[in-house]
Amino acid sequence: MRPFTTHTGTAVPLDRSDVDTDQILPAEHLKRVERTGFGPFLFESWREDPDFVLNKKEHLGATILLAGPNFGSGSSREHAVWALEDHGFRAILAPSFADIFRNNCMKAGLLPVRLPSETMRTLMDAVLEDPATPITVDLASRAVSAPGVEAAFEIDDFTRWRFLEGLDDIGLTLRHAEAIDVHEAARPSWLPIV
Amino acid sequence: MAQTLFEKVWEQHVVHSAEGEPDLLYVDLHLVHEVTSPQAFDGLRLAGRTVRRPDLTVATMDHNVPTAPGPADPVSVRQMEALARNCAEFGIRLFQTGDIAQGIVHVIGPQMGLTQPGMLIVCGDSHTSTHGAFGALAFGIGTSEVEHVLATQTLPQEEPRTMAVTVEGDLPSGVSAKDVILGIIARIGTNGGAGHVVEYRGSAIRSLSMEGRMTVCNMSIEAGARAGMVAPDDTTFAYLEERPHAPTGADRERALDHWRSLATDPGATFDREVEIDAAELSPCVSWGTNPGQTAALDGVVPESADEAAERALAYMGLEAGTPIREIRPDTIFIGSCTNGRLEDLREAAAVLRGRRVREGLRALAVPGSMRIKAAAESEGLDEVFRAAGFEWRDAGCSMCLGMNPDRLAPGERCASTSNRNFEGRQGKGGRTHLVSPAVAAATAVAGHFCTPADLEGVR
Repeated sequence: MRPFTTHTGTAVPLDRSDVDTDQILPAEHLKRVERTGFGPFLFESWREDPDFVLNKKEHLGATILLAGPNFGSGSSREHAVWALEDHGFRAILAPSFADIFRNNCMKAGLLPVRLPSETMRTLMDAVLEDPATPITVDLASRAVSAPGVEAAFEIDDFTRWRFLEGLDDIGLTLRHAEAIDVHEAARPSWLPIV
Repeated sequence: MAQTLFEKVWEQHVVHSAEGEPDLLYVDLHLVHEVTSPQAFDGLRLAGRTVRRPDLTVATMDHNVPTAPGPADPVSVRQMEALARNCAEFGIRLFQTGDIAQGIVHVIGPQMGLTQPGMLIVCGDSHTSTHGAFGALAFGIGTSEVEHVLATQTLPQEEPRTMAVTVEGDLPSGVSAKDVILGIIARIGTNGGAGHVVEYRGSAIRSLSMEGRMTVCNMSIEAGARAGMVAPDDTTFAYLEERPHAPTGADRERALDHWRSLATDPGATFDREVEIDAAELSPCVSWGTNPGQTAALDGVVPESADEAAERALAYMGLEAGTPIREIRPDTIFIGSCTNGRLEDLREAAAVLRGRRVREGLRALAVPGSMRIKAAAESEGLDEVFRAAGFEWRDAGCSMCLGMNPDRLAPGERCASTSNRNFEGRQGKGGRTHLVSPAVAAATAVAGHFCTPADLEGVR
């Protein structure tokens, strides 16, 4: 995965709660067997509305998504993350994320940043006011900054290290190959094999 | 120290644990389907990796498959062919269309006895939580994680917190497992279980059949939970007896000893506890665009409490204050990994016997697996559905999600036994109301939402 250290960009303010992965990428577009090319279908239904925030020309080229609570609920489709990445997003800032979606972001290299609701409100309002507001997400110092906003965020050391280095999980796991062998050899005999 | 069911199963699967890192867990069963796997197999090929345990991996086709005669669309065909090629190349057993063992991934695992208490089961599908009904720890994963499990048979995971949802008392007549879980989600919210694994407890849960417990655990994800579990008991052990992959003879005795040791110890504590009085539950219908937006069938569409509810009402074409019984669907869908099992089909057929679907309604009955289809036919259920005016289909995910030919047209309203009422879930612009199989069947007859009890005397 692509390393993430620090990133500055403009943002899209998606001021809705409980945005589910069926909205992020409708199921009919899950049929691709490639990992790329999902961007054009991101938020497809909502984008039919010319006033939808992603369609506004002042948000063209934005690389940070500001979202509401419980972002990414529903289906486990990692395609939703790929669509966000393919569209050009590098980080998502929200008060909370659905578990599987957050996991998928961390595997794919899209940084999910949890911020307090009040901070999110301030950022959301700042970008609604001025779409050119630059936002910086600094993973090294675990902080988000924008004009008038300085906010620390929490991320565990291990995940942060993986993002900073752009490390592949399979490679990390294979360091424990011996432990896997040992566990495997001790599994009870009644467990089913296909 | 006293432990919960979840804590025991988790601990028994830890391969490696280190301070500040996620635990590395061993996966006992990996279920694979056509939608979330192609990029994972590609990743293996690119890195020159193999599948570590093809014998603990099983694949089926479900999301894309047409359930009526006729071809799948070319893009779906490409995805199904990719799965067939990948399974052949990596030595994975595949149940493809035309095979009697084919069906929805979460229906066939339990049916074959592959799902057993205390196992750790994953699949690139959020409804993997279904398998928790057996006291297994089962959860959905993304495609990168699918690749990780294929390559290593393990998965690094942060340990979730524990939550007990206890439903105590006798379920009122007419309240099904689907009403239990919809009632739970309406109370705790679609984010209420986030970061937690839920253990469903209490006499009302114990009284459910395995099919009912699967329905409850299936929708754990709709409450945001990582997984749902029910402690294994005699109901579980009876279900597993003589399933093709369940242990037999001396193995069964040893397995039973282990399975009996899994239940939460007296005195074990949960990070969060929710108690629900079974007597307060009733048949319900979702009115909005997430499963938490659910009302009692006896009730009305509620006043919108916030902007999200307002948007949901607009999308659903409903007005606050409308009695649920006055809402008239165009389509009835009975099926999915939530309610596509034999017991569900029996419940619906019991309502439909001797009655007709209201004129102008489209009604689909879609068994969860081809074996369930065969079993239903051997009981004559197909005749009941057909005589009532239902289409009787082959197994697949069908109208639960808009990935195959079964979908809603824009504005079309559906009474559905599936699990998600998100905008566009059943087809762009489609309006989904989640209900139990019995309510779906009664609604098909009446033409508006109702319970079987409302149909007294209606043909």
